Amino acid sequence: MVKHTDDVGAKMGMWLFLFTEMLFFGGMFLLYAVYRAHYSADFSGASSELNRVIGTFNTVILITSSFTAALSLSEIKKGALRSASVSLGITALLGIIFLIIKYTEWSAKIGHGIYPGSAYFNDLAHGKVLFFSLYFVMTGIHALHVLIGIVVFMVILFMVHSGTVRGNNFIKLENAALYWHFVDIAWIYLFPLLYLLR
Amino acid sequence: MGTDFHTNTEGRKGISSWIFSTDHKRIGLLYLYSILGFFLTGVVIGLLMRLELIAPGKTIVSARTYDSLFTLHGIIMIFFFIIPGVPASLGNFLLPLQIGARDVAFPRINLLSWWLYMIAGITAISTIFLPGGPPDTGWTFYPPYSIRTPTNVSVAAFAAFIIGFSSILTGLNFITTIHRLRAPGMTWMRMPLFTWTLYSTAWVQILATPVIAITLLLLILERAFGTGFFDPSKGGDPLMFEHLFWIYSHPAVYVMILPAMGIISEIVPTFSRKTVFGYRAIVFSGLTIATLGYVVWGHHMFTSGMSDVSNMVFSFITFAVAVPSGIKVFNWIATMYKGSVEVKPPMLYAFAFIFLFSIGGLTGLINSAVATNIHIHGTFFIVAHFHYTMFGGAGFAFFAGLHYWFPKMTGRMYNFRASTVACITLFIGFNVLYFPMFLLGWQGMPRRYYDYPPEFHWNNLISTLGSWILAAGLLIMFTNLARALFKGEKAGNNPWDGTTLEWQTTSPPPHENFAEIPVVTQGPYSRKREGQETGDR
Ligand code: HEM
Ligand SMILES: [Cu+2]
Repeated sequence: MVKHTDDVGAKMGMWLFLFTEMLFFGGMFLLYAVYRAHYSADFSGASSELNRVIGTFNTVILITSSFTAALSLSEIKKGALRSASVSLGITALLGIIFLIIKYTEWSAKIGHGIYPGSAYFNDLAHGKVLFFSLYFVMTGIHALHVLIGIVVFMVILFMVHSGTVRGNNFIKLENAALYWHFVDIAWIYLFPLLYLLR
Repeated sequence: MGTDFHTNTEGRKGISSWIFSTDHKRIGLLYLYSILGFFLTGVVIGLLMRLELIAPGKTIVSARTYDSLFTLHGIIMIFFFIIPGVPASLGNFLLPLQIGARDVAFPRINLLSWWLYMIAGITAISTIFLPGGPPDTGWTFYPPYSIRTPTNVSVAAFAAFIIGFSSILTGLNFITTIHRLRAPGMTWMRMPLFTWTLYSTAWVQILATPVIAITLLLLILERAFGTGFFDPSKGGDPLMFEHLFWIYSHPAVYVMILPAMGIISEIVPTFSRKTVFGYRAIVFSGLTIATLGYVVWGHHMFTSGMSDVSNMVFSFITFAVAVPSGIKVFNWIATMYKGSVEVKPPMLYAFAFIFLFSIGGLTGLINSAVATNIHIHGTFFIVAHFHYTMFGGAGFAFFAGLHYWFPKMTGRMYNFRASTVACITLFIGFNVLYFPMFLLGWQGMPRRYYDYPPEFHWNNLISTLGSWILAAGLLIMFTNLARALFKGEKAGNNPWDGTTLEWQTTSPPPHENFAEIPVVTQGPYSRKREGQETGDR
């Protein structure tokens, strides 16, 4: 096999993959739109039960992590492996903090008996049931994406150390950063729809 | 020139030289064998269903078993045979050859997609043995029943979810390959038509499959946790499931039929000894079909309770899809006109395709008119219609392609006599099997029942007889090909005098396809070649 790497091709593949991600989330946004139109009063009632402060804090964390991801890319292009690694590490760390906060938020809700299937949950108004189900499913699937991103960044950190990803071969890092920006943007939509819109 | 890809094992031994190979040709064949395996499984289930329906009352299986049979039959045939069918097997094998590339853009992802396919297949089949039994919802998984039934709906839906990934990876790979790896001189308007349809198909795979993925995931969550999205008792709307389901599943029928049309667009010019008529029209009608295909999904839901306006709009756009499809049929016929048509087996299968697909397409117009749809919705008319399009259309084109490229893939030739007999038997069997279903449906026999009133007996009996003729045809066809695989005569590199690039390398092609990457200087079907002035006719 003639070894050849086609960076443009690899990036194109990533973009195509992100299209599919967009449509994947799109299905949930569609449900959100329809049910919000059906049950607008319930939706605003339920949404006010979410903690805006925590939500905002998490948004800031995720945006910062997108910044550090972009930073590590520009550093590696300069050949500054050390500072690129630091930025990568910070990105992964911010991702982990995001998940921890998400976890506490979920457990608070579950502690109050708000989760699909609970007796309390099933007695809620229909619109609220749907809102909270959407909340759990959308943030859950998003969190799964964050988790995958963290693992990817860890692997790439390792690759930087072993020299596979370096100043003249950074497509893997670039693609990981692209993916991470997508995860970020998905949150940028989730946050106002779930927390802010009343 | 290196040894051919059957002999060159890239340093691996035995079975692992296949299941771990990243050579697109080996992966294409892996897919081909697996897909045919699922096809035959589906056929056996189909024959059992027909046997049950040979007479009124219970014949061989109970009502419950029948429910599981048509569900498994549908799932296998749709998700494991006809959707991946042409692109993953023939497409994988031929796409790099047709554009003059050494492989696809992401060979390892290509292998991964086959593994996902197999994992999904085994998962789906495992429902038969799991406690609770195989799903009984029909392949469409409609709630609210799919939320309530104790059968293994979640496992089957998960299998379809995984195969979605496999399909997405194939699509992504093909698009990147076509953008990045075309040989020098191979401009977009010099691409073979089969490659063009693979390109349109790949976009549909990418843009539609994620929607079914999320839909099935939501269904699984619904069953596991009671999220309520599709459950009317919790405020959810089953209609939303139908919308999301068909937003994928209608475009999916174009994943089935577009590459099939691509195959026919290769075969017809080759056996008419002419360049194809209206190359651009065929390309753009393919792209139009792919685009319009996104906005017609509502025609599956005319009786589900959409508004009248939606019904009318969906009906109208559905009619519009018939136009580009008609353009293609017109172009094929025009290509044959005044050509020197040679009816070799691939061409015979192509004829069968054009005939059967036309019936499928025209009865599709009957379905897409709201008024008639209400009469035939959920009847055997629909069963007849989709077998004519998917099996008579995509399936027969698949057989045509298999016969067309068999000598390229294996280096050997099959017996023409036997394949002609097979094709004619298949054609007769097919019509005897499915045509009576149109009549039954028109008279009001509903689909998905194991029993029927006596007045439907005759047509059901004839249909079951047809299924046996069809089975005989399949038997002859596959025996003939299997025999040729081992004992066939050497075919030579270009037995049909084809003009596209895959015919310019050896049969079977060497490990990296071409000794030297060809330089393309003319359109794919031009018959003017160096030192030889045959003209276009
Ligand atoms: C020997 C070949 C085949 C036979 C005898 C056969 C027979 C049948 C019958 C009798 C039904 C109707 C069941 C009912 O509604 O009561 C059916 C349904 C179906 N068939 Fe086939 N079929 C064959 C091949 C195929 C092929 C090649 C495909 C796809 C390419 C296919 C796709 C389907 C689908 C999607 C359904 C609907 C299942 C459902 O209702 O959920 N069949 N088939
Ligand atoms: Cu449709």
